Amino acid sequence: MSMMSEAPSSSPVSAALNLGDDEVKMRTTDANVYYGDKHALKGITLDIRSHQVTALIGPSGCGKSTFLRCLNRMNDLIEGARVTGQILLDGRDIYDPDLDVVHLRARVGMVFQKPNPFPKSIYDNVAYGPRIHGLARSGADLDEIVIGSLERAGLYGEVKDRLSEPGTGLSGGQQQRLCIARAIAVSPEVILMDEPCSALDPIATAKVEELIDDLRQNYTIVIVTHSMQQAARVSQRTAFFHLGELIELGATEKIFTNPQEKLTQGYITGRFG
Amino acid sequence: MTEPNLSRSAGGNAAAVRRLQRRYRAERRFRLYGIAAIASALLFLAVLLVTIVVHGASAFVETRLLLPISFDAATLDPDRAHDKATLSGADYRALVNQGLVTLFPELADDRALRRDLSRAVSQGADSELRRMVLDQPALIGTTREIWLPVSAPADQLFKGKVPHNSDSGLSDATIARLDALQSVGKLRLSFNRYLFTAGDSRQPELAGLLGAIVGSFYALIITIGLSFPLGVAAAVYLEEFADKNRFTDLIEVNINNLAAVPSIVFGLLALEIFLNVLGLPRSAPLVGGLALTLVSLPTIIISARVALKAVPPWIREAAQGLGASRQQMVLHHVLPLAMPGILTGTIIAMARAIGESAPLLMIGMVAFVVDIPATPLDPATALPVQIYLWAASPERAFVERTSAAIIVLLACLVVMNATAIYLRKKFERRW
Repeated sequence: MSMMSEAPSSSPVSAALNLGDDEVKMRTTDANVYYGDKHALKGITLDIRSHQVTALIGPSGCGKSTFLRCLNRMNDLIEGARVTGQILLDGRDIYDPDLDVVHLRARVGMVFQKPNPFPKSIYDNVAYGPRIHGLARSGADLDEIVIGSLERAGLYGEVKDRLSEPGTGLSGGQQQRLCIARAIAVSPEVILMDEPCSALDPIATAKVEELIDDLRQNYTIVIVTHSMQQAARVSQRTAFFHLGELIELGATEKIFTNPQEKLTQGYITGRFG
Repeated sequence: MTEPNLSRSAGGNAAAVRRLQRRYRAERRFRLYGIAAIASALLFLAVLLVTIVVHGASAFVETRLLLPISFDAATLDPDRAHDKATLSGADYRALVNQGLVTLFPELADDRALRRDLSRAVSQGADSELRRMVLDQPALIGTTREIWLPVSAPADQLFKGKVPHNSDSGLSDATIARLDALQSVGKLRLSFNRYLFTAGDSRQPELAGLLGAIVGSFYALIITIGLSFPLGVAAAVYLEEFADKNRFTDLIEVNINNLAAVPSIVFGLLALEIFLNVLGLPRSAPLVGGLALTLVSLPTIIISARVALKAVPPWIREAAQGLGASRQQMVLHHVLPLAMPGILTGTIIAMARAIGESAPLLMIGMVAFVVDIPATPLDPATALPVQIYLWAASPERAFVERTSAAIIVLLACLVVMNATAIYLRKKFERRW
């Protein structure tokens, strides 16, 4: 993991705390999101623990994607969106005006619902992040980062002979793993995944889920999913959202076997959603 | 009642069958309307093109007469000065007349008849002979047979564009002699170089489009050099950076309105600002280019914004999700992906600009300009204005030249549009 040590992102706070497996990586306190007049997310207080997969589940429109997009300020891009409350990464407020959003997004990477490789070569897709952040000192460095990222995304074996071919020519599952490789190429600490498997077939989904489990060793992962089986398979903690509110948060096992709230029970047993 | 009974509605029920047939008929009619619309458009286009080509094709050739010319030293250089001034000031018409006398010895004593026939040889013949002598002084003292251009009335007569009598502008005696020359093969059609190498002229057979082509070229270079960067920068700012508020809405509405403003209004604006206030030279392609920039800028901004809008939002998300700044996102991803669309829009705007005449009339690019403009500051005309000027000329021979100029202009447009299609196909990305 030579690349991890090169990452310029380990902040003094995280070093001081020496975060272990159960340490808090990100914490939101009373986070609210408004889209114009619409109150989309209501007072969310939630911890995201280091080196765990946190799954966000809930019916469509419940605010789980909105919450996810708060964590790396992707909501900034949306016209008329307003965020209040506190969102901390390693104890530092990510909405702090001193904190550069570009750096934040380098530390908190994102994988989207629809595989969205750039219409460029496979190599350039993965190399783009390191290039704009100046992570590689030489071409050999960059090659190493690209190959390492593709390996960790479990894609290298499939694409090693066609790195110069367009990334858009891969299958859907491969494209999504390419997007994951692209996200981890900038050595983020947290990876946000917005329904990463919803556009994939079951076999590709299985591969991506396996990958998520592997990635947990090195990254903190937050995943939004519509599939409760997926949440149960990949996550250690699960948060259930409903109508913009966080209803229940707990260990995945507990949420799926012994939910405390009636709403949660109703949702996971398929009574609504 | 949730499931339609297919067997009954398909076969059993007569009303349903009638409804179905009515729907098929309506659909067939609808398709016929479309085909009829396209057919009529194609018909108009065909009529237009055929008319122009039928009228204009003959202007690409000119009639030349084979004359025996003796480069007589006594006429050209009586003092043996051998200097350029003497040679270029010499009387080349005398050589032409001498050649005509060689062909028709009876003209030697008939000054009036000789002058009459001499008028059937273009003044261009004199300058062609002059150029030959200046290039090759060794010709002096030799005799050569040379194909020389005939005057416009003789040219029209030979091409059969005018009646074979004195209505053609030539005397009967001259017509008879030209017929005699034609019967021995001393008249022929050859490619009309003047059309592409000369500027405008009062003599139709010597009039060319080069001045107008160069003028249009200069104006277009200035237009594209200004309107492309300005238009793209404006579009990128409005689309990618500007907040959506009342002020940007107002700008947007005004740009859309400007695109609909008649181009002559932009010509008036250019006249006032560039000529009256800034004092730039009149009739210059520089000012023409500036006026055409005003005309094409709104179109380019609008098409560039459409192209930027067409870049899928997830490209932006992917770039920003990786921590690209807004500028990096635009320069690395959005703009390259929008470029084919922007280029197509720009070329179409340029194609409109090259065919634009009204604003050029306002800033004086409608003058009679013989010289080929050497710089964008020299007086010039442009192709559409040249068409207008020639169409207004009374000489019969300008009719075919007007059509020829239209063909040249259309050829420019076809080339530009083909380039637009090629660029779009080449750089188009699918996702």
